[in-house]
Amino acid sequence: MSTLLSTLITGLSLGAIYSLMAIALILVWRSTRVVNFAQAGQAVLSTYIGLEIHRMTGSYWLAIVLSIIFGGVLGGLIDLALVRPLLRRAGSGPEAAVAPVIATLGLLAVLQGVVGMFWGGELIKFPSAFSTAGLSIGGSKIPFSAFDLFTVGASLAVMLAFSFIFQRTGLGLSMRAAAFSPEVAQLAGVRTGRVRTIGWSFAGAAGGLAGVLITPTTFLAPNSLDLLLVFGFTAAVVGGLESMIGGALGGLALGFGLALVLQYAGSSYTFMTAFVVLLAVLLLRPQGLIGKRGGRRV
Amino acid sequence: MLRIDSLTTDHGQVRAVDHVSFDVEVGSCTAVIGANGAGKSSLLRTLSGLVKSSSGSAHWGDVDLLKLPTSEVVRHGVAHVPEGRSVIAELSVEENLNLGALWRGKDPDVTVTKSEVLDLFPRLGERLKQGADSLSGGERQMLAIGRALMARPKLLLLDEPSLGLAPIVIEQIFHTIDTMRKATGLTVVLVEQNAVSALAIANHAIVLALGKIVASGEAKAIASDESLRHAYLGY
Amino acid sequence: MVDVSNLSTTFFSRIPRPLRALLGIAIAAFAWVLMGDRISEFRVTQGSMVAAYALAIISIVMLTGYSGQVSLGHGSFLAVGAYACALFLVNLHWPLWLSFFASVLAAAGVGAIVGIAAARLSGPYLAGTTLAFAVGVPSISGLVSILGGEQGISWDAAEQYAPPSRYGDPYVFLNKWVYWICGAALAIGIALAINITKSRYGRIWRAVRADESAAALAGINVARSKILAFAVSAGFAGFAGAILSVTLSSVAPSTFGLSLSFLILTGAVIGGVRSIYGAIIGALALVILPTLSDMIASNASESIHTNLPGVITGVLLVLTVLFNPGGTAAAFNHLAHGLRFKGRRSSH
Ligand SMILES: Nc1ncnc2c1ncn2[C@@H]1O[C@H](COP(=O)(O)OP(=O)(O)OP(=O)(O)O)[C@@H](O)[C@H]1O
Ligand SMILES: [Mg+2]
Repeated sequence: MSTLLSTLITGLSLGAIYSLMAIALILVWRSTRVVNFAQAGQAVLSTYIGLEIHRMTGSYWLAIVLSIIFGGVLGGLIDLALVRPLLRRAGSGPEAAVAPVIATLGLLAVLQGVVGMFWGGELIKFPSAFSTAGLSIGGSKIPFSAFDLFTVGASLAVMLAFSFIFQRTGLGLSMRAAAFSPEVAQLAGVRTGRVRTIGWSFAGAAGGLAGVLITPTTFLAPNSLDLLLVFGFTAAVVGGLESMIGGALGGLALGFGLALVLQYAGSSYTFMTAFVVLLAVLLLRPQGLIGKRGGRRV
Repeated sequence: MLRIDSLTTDHGQVRAVDHVSFDVEVGSCTAVIGANGAGKSSLLRTLSGLVKSSSGSAHWGDVDLLKLPTSEVVRHGVAHVPEGRSVIAELSVEENLNLGALWRGKDPDVTVTKSEVLDLFPRLGERLKQGADSLSGGERQMLAIGRALMARPKLLLLDEPSLGLAPIVIEQIFHTIDTMRKATGLTVVLVEQNAVSALAIANHAIVLALGKIVASGEAKAIASDESLRHAYLGY
Repeated sequence: MVDVSNLSTTFFSRIPRPLRALLGIAIAAFAWVLMGDRISEFRVTQGSMVAAYALAIISIVMLTGYSGQVSLGHGSFLAVGAYACALFLVNLHWPLWLSFFASVLAAAGVGAIVGIAAARLSGPYLAGTTLAFAVGVPSISGLVSILGGEQGISWDAAEQYAPPSRYGDPYVFLNKWVYWICGAALAIGIALAINITKSRYGRIWRAVRADESAAALAGINVARSKILAFAVSAGFAGFAGAILSVTLSSVAPSTFGLSLSFLILTGAVIGGVRSIYGAIIGALALVILPTLSDMIASNASESIHTNLPGVITGVLLVLTVLFNPGGTAAAFNHLAHGLRFKGRRSSH
């Protein structure tokens, strides 16, 4: 098996996780026009909850499902408790411009701090039901484990479920309508506040899954998902920040790209690559790689 | 009956609607006319809860409209087509229509409503799968009205449906509104700059200037009042 | 700038302006020195930290409060200033004041480059990009050997900037000397900041912040004004970083992580992003809060101890945004207005 091919395979599972994070950010962005920096904290907390469930029950499946559910509930609660009053108080001036950024950052600090209080700062490996060692096909080992397969499958399932909800159900239609034109949506009877809460829960659930999927191969610590947040944001921007499919493709592209960098340049360059990609896309093609021309103002 | 009493709306320092009172009988059409900035849109936006009133009241039957959040207004039979071909460009024509009936849930009548709407606006039927951004101005206006009709409203608030459209298209849309009202007993409040066309299909009319009612009465009487025409209607 | 000066009495406002400024500086300097004499050696170093934080927060005030841009990565500019200062001071043996000057220039230069990109971004895009910048810059130090890797660079403060002495007998002990240096630097920084915000550029920044297209129509080069604001702000941040490194007599990548960027932002929000004086309040809060949380958590477990400050600042951030978006300075302002108003009424 060629190095290039095996590198790309590694990129696939990384990319799937970035896509999940990107989708989480896009969901919130579309419903609230806020980039939710607290997403990293929400995901970390959900993952620790999963860890705790696993410790108590020993069941990986229960842990992963409850992580996702917890992530969803947490996201919804954050919308109700923080975002709703924030939007209601939207003032003007420089404070209003930074208010959502500050609020989500503050929330990030609180979430990570709380996680640190309960679980301490040491690095933990999240369990996985599958082996994280490479599979062997026809006697040769490939850098793609059973767990990677599960990662890709689970991410794909979530994305398909989301895309079904968005394209085929009334809830999805109201979510899209509320995202693109809240006023028209309300006039048509869409309860935009409720729809936004649902958007935040979906995002929280996707983030929770991303956390559960990435921590068996890296590690879990209160701020271990900061980098995932940055990569997810980059993927979302690459995809244009408005479209779910764009976010998914952006995540995959970033996964492949970073896997190549990792293979041929070393781990100290991955971050810089992502940063350069982020800047390049924002400055040269602000509508995202697949977005329509003239779409957005960055 | 729509009963508006001493309704007042402010945008910060600007008083857009100033102690406006009028009634609209069920099944009738009232035209609200006036120059740019007279407060016509603000009046409708207050009724549908998009802006908050400062004082006064507005009741549709026994429903206090001013107490309802915007998303609930349509559930009480009031549909508002805001100014400027308000379709959602990112959705398809069909999705825009479906959106209007979403709150009705699984009501089997929705399909009936949809075919009625498509009968009214056959051009929409030919373009169901197209993106709404590909429609012409007139088609967009039809879609906006069609979406409102999907709610099966009892009271339709129309804000300048003629805006920027060719005379022939205007004629067509006004004709549709008129037929629909007569056929279904719909109550219509029609905000217009285009006074001639609006007065032609309305039963009653009120003239707004700087937020105040300066004249009201039978549509025919308003239409034939020379002094009003010169002072406020500009034709 | 009506902030805290509103608290001044009518008597104070009768003194001619330049004299008033001098008087203000003298009082502040006296207070700073007096404070240094009254508090313990450890607290003196905390005083130096207040100066560094205040300068860093002023840089946020310039950027966000005046020019309306957001940066979640200002810790990186502190890093640039700190590393530059260390290199000039330790490797090139430049005098301290020249090293300060050079680190300000270095940070401003990097700021100008970042500003070119930032001027084209707004809102969440700018926030996200600067966040990425903040996460990434510390990792660069690992790639360049002269920066000393994870350990960074450290030096003997007594060797680099010893307090003045007679016959080998220093007038003040080292930490207090550093504290004085930091105080002087803060004074210079505040004076500069006030002058800049009152200058033509300050007005231009506010015009751009209020309405970009209107400013452009009025003939303002919007992009240039934003880049300049970024460079100036980064310069202040660099100054803050230099002072921080002198206070700690070391630089290391771990000092300048994301948490420092957040810390500065927190101070700015708590103090009030529009107010230069608010920066001092914010800086005091940043130094006092951990001490306070230490007291609260003195008997608690290790993990609660280390995480309480973060939770407290996070909660403060959220509460400030929700209930007091103008920060402490604005709250003071309201209070002062209220007091003055009442005072007038009763005197009639
Ligand atoms: N959101 C707003 N903020 C501030 N002022 C507003 C706002 N909306 C309307 N106004 C002001 O209220 C007044 C009435 O506006 P309105 O849009 O109701 O007029 P209109 O009669 O619909 O005019 P047109 O025929 O041009 O649509 C105007 O002076 C307008 O400037
Ligand atoms: Mg109008």
